[in-house]
Amino acid sequence: MKLRLPFAPLVALRFLREGRMQTLLILAGTTGGVAVIVFLTQLITQLQAQIVDRVLGSQAHVVIRPTEEANRRAIDDQGFATLVEPRAQRLRSVDQWENIARLAADMEGVTAVSPVVTGPAFAVRGQANKSVALMGVDAERYRRIVRMEEYMVAGRFAVDGTRAVIGSELAKDLGIRLEDKLRVALPNGRDEQLQVGGIFDIGNKDLNRRWVFVTLPLAQSLLDLPGGVSNLDLTVADIFEAQAVADRLKGATGLTVDSWMQTNAQLLAALRNQTVSNNLIRSFVVIIVALGIASVLVVSVVQKQKEIGILRAMGASRSMILQIFLIQGAVVGAVGSLFGSLLAFTLLNVFSSIYRNADGSPLFAAELEPRFILMAALVATLVGLASALIPARRAARMDPVQAIRS
Amino acid sequence: MSTPTIAPVIELAGLTKAYNIGTPVETEVLHGIDLSLAEGEFAALIGPSGSGKSTLLNIIGLLERPTGGRLSIGGRDTARLSEAEITQLRGRSIGFVFQFHHLLPAFTAVENVMMPTIIARGAADDEAEAMALSLLDAVGLKAHAYKKPSELSGGQQQRVAIARALGLKPRLILADEPTGNLDTHTADDIFALLREFNRQTRCACLIVTHDPRLAERCDRIVRLVDGHIAGPV
Repeated sequence: MKLRLPFAPLVALRFLREGRMQTLLILAGTTGGVAVIVFLTQLITQLQAQIVDRVLGSQAHVVIRPTEEANRRAIDDQGFATLVEPRAQRLRSVDQWENIARLAADMEGVTAVSPVVTGPAFAVRGQANKSVALMGVDAERYRRIVRMEEYMVAGRFAVDGTRAVIGSELAKDLGIRLEDKLRVALPNGRDEQLQVGGIFDIGNKDLNRRWVFVTLPLAQSLLDLPGGVSNLDLTVADIFEAQAVADRLKGATGLTVDSWMQTNAQLLAALRNQTVSNNLIRSFVVIIVALGIASVLVVSVVQKQKEIGILRAMGASRSMILQIFLIQGAVVGAVGSLFGSLLAFTLLNVFSSIYRNADGSPLFAAELEPRFILMAALVATLVGLASALIPARRAARMDPVQAIRS
Repeated sequence: MSTPTIAPVIELAGLTKAYNIGTPVETEVLHGIDLSLAEGEFAALIGPSGSGKSTLLNIIGLLERPTGGRLSIGGRDTARLSEAEITQLRGRSIGFVFQFHHLLPAFTAVENVMMPTIIARGAADDEAEAMALSLLDAVGLKAHAYKKPSELSGGQQQRVAIARALGLKPRLILADEPTGNLDTHTADDIFALLREFNRQTRCACLIVTHDPRLAERCDRIVRLVDGHIAGPV
C-alpha cells in the first residue's frame, strides 16, 4: 500500500521539491534564523541561570528579621515642634522565632528554614586581628540555605562545641590551618577560643574573609542573645517567587522580610534588560525569516500561475489552492526549525568548547532543552503559515483563464 | 445531425460576453450565442483568430461567467450556481484538453491523469491509479506512465492530457486546438483518439480547431465570426 497524501499536501510538497534552488535557499534562511533564536535563547537562559545561581550561592532567598526600632512621638505633633532622631538598631532577636520558623516552613513554596545568629566580632591570633561576622548556625539546616559543603576546601562544614568553620581568606590572613586555634573577641568583652574544623572558599573574597561559623548556642551566648536568633534564612522552591513569598510572610508576621530580589534589585534589572534585548533580537529575526518565506512564495505563486490555472480548471477550489501555499509555508517553517535546532546544538557545542571560565570549565553547557526545540518548531511553523498567507491568498484569487493563458 | 431526445448536455441562449464593462474601452466579444450540444455529439468550433472561440470555450467550461444570456449544463442553469458549485460542476462533468496540453510538470503522467480524481475525492486511491493506468494504456502510453511530462514528446504529452480529460468520465469534453502544435500525423492520431472516446463514452465534444481537414471529420461544424454564430458550413 502506497502512502497517498491528500491533495493539498501532495501538491505543496511537489511544488517545493520542484522549486529546488528556491526551496533550498529559503530553507537555509529559516534554518539560520531558527538557529540564531534557539542558540541565543539557550545561551542567555543558561548564563542568566548561572549568574542567579552564583549570586544565590552565598545568600538566602528570603530573610526574616526583627522589625526595626523607631522612635514614636508620645504626643500629637499638632502645635508642637518636634525633632525625632532615628534610633540606632541594636542586635535583637526575632520574637517567638520558633513559631515564626514553623509558620514559614509550612508556607507554600518554602523548602527550608534555618535560624541564624549573626553579629560582629574580632578574630585574633597573636598580634593580628581581623573584624569578622560571627555566624551561629545549625550546620545541617544551614546547608539547605547555602550549599556550604560544595565550597569546602579543607575539613567539613560542621560546627560543634567550640569547633568553627572559617573562610580561606581569613585563614590566609591569620596563617591558620585545619585544627589550628583561633580566638574571637566581642565588643561586649566576651571572648572564646575556637578550633578550626573546616575552611571554605565561597567564591567571594569578602565573605571568605568575614564569615566565621560557630554553633547556634555559642553565638547566642557570645552575642548576648540567649535563646534568640537575629534572623531566619529561607530557601524557596521557585527563586523568582521569592518576593511573593516574602510579601506573604511579611503580611503574616509583621516582621521585616526581604527577598534576594530586593537585595539584588540592580542585578535583576540587568537580567531583565538582557531579556528585553534578547526578545528584540528574536523578534527581528522572526520578521526577517517571515519576509524571506513570504517573498519566495510570492515568486513561486507567479511561477506556478499556469499550474494553478490548470488545477482550477480541473475542479480545484480556491480554498484548495490557498491550502497548497499555506502548507508550503508551514513545511518550510517546520523543516527549517528542525535543521535550525540541529545547527543551534552544533553552535552550542562549538562555543562551549571555545568560551571557558577562569577555572577552565565551560562557560555554559552544550545542551539544548527540548522545550526550546518545541518552541522553535511551533513558532517557525506558525510564522511560515502566517507569511504564506498573502501569497496563498493571491494564488487563490487568481483567475484561472488568465493563469492558463500567461 | 442527431436529434436530441433528452436534455442537451449544454445549451446556450442569447449568451453575451463583454470585457471592461463600464469603462470607455468596453468591448463585447460574444453577441448573443445560441447553441446546444447533445449527448454523444462531436462538434468542431471554427472561426478566425479573435472571433471569440476561446472565450466561448472558457464560458462553456465555466472558467469565465457570461455577461448576459443563459448557459445550462446538463439541464442546470449555471447562473444560479455558487462559486463552489461551479468549481465542483467543472471538476466532475467537464474535461479540458488545452492547446499546449498544460500538464503539471512536477507530476508523472499517471499522476497527471489522476489529478482530477484526486481533486474530486481528496486523495488518490488504488482504484484511481488502476483507472488512470488503463486510460494511459488506451492512449498507448502504458510504458510511459511513470515519466514526467518533460520526458515525453509533444504528441505523448497531448495524449496524457486527453487521458486526464477522460479520467472522471465527463459528460462534456472541451478541447482548445488539441492538435495545434503537432505534426499532421500525430494530429490525426490525437483526433482519432478523441473520436474513439466520444463513441465509447457518448460524451459530447466541442473542439476548437484551425484545421479544416479535421473539422470536416466532425459531426457538426459551428463557425464563429466576430462573436456571432455564422451557422454550419
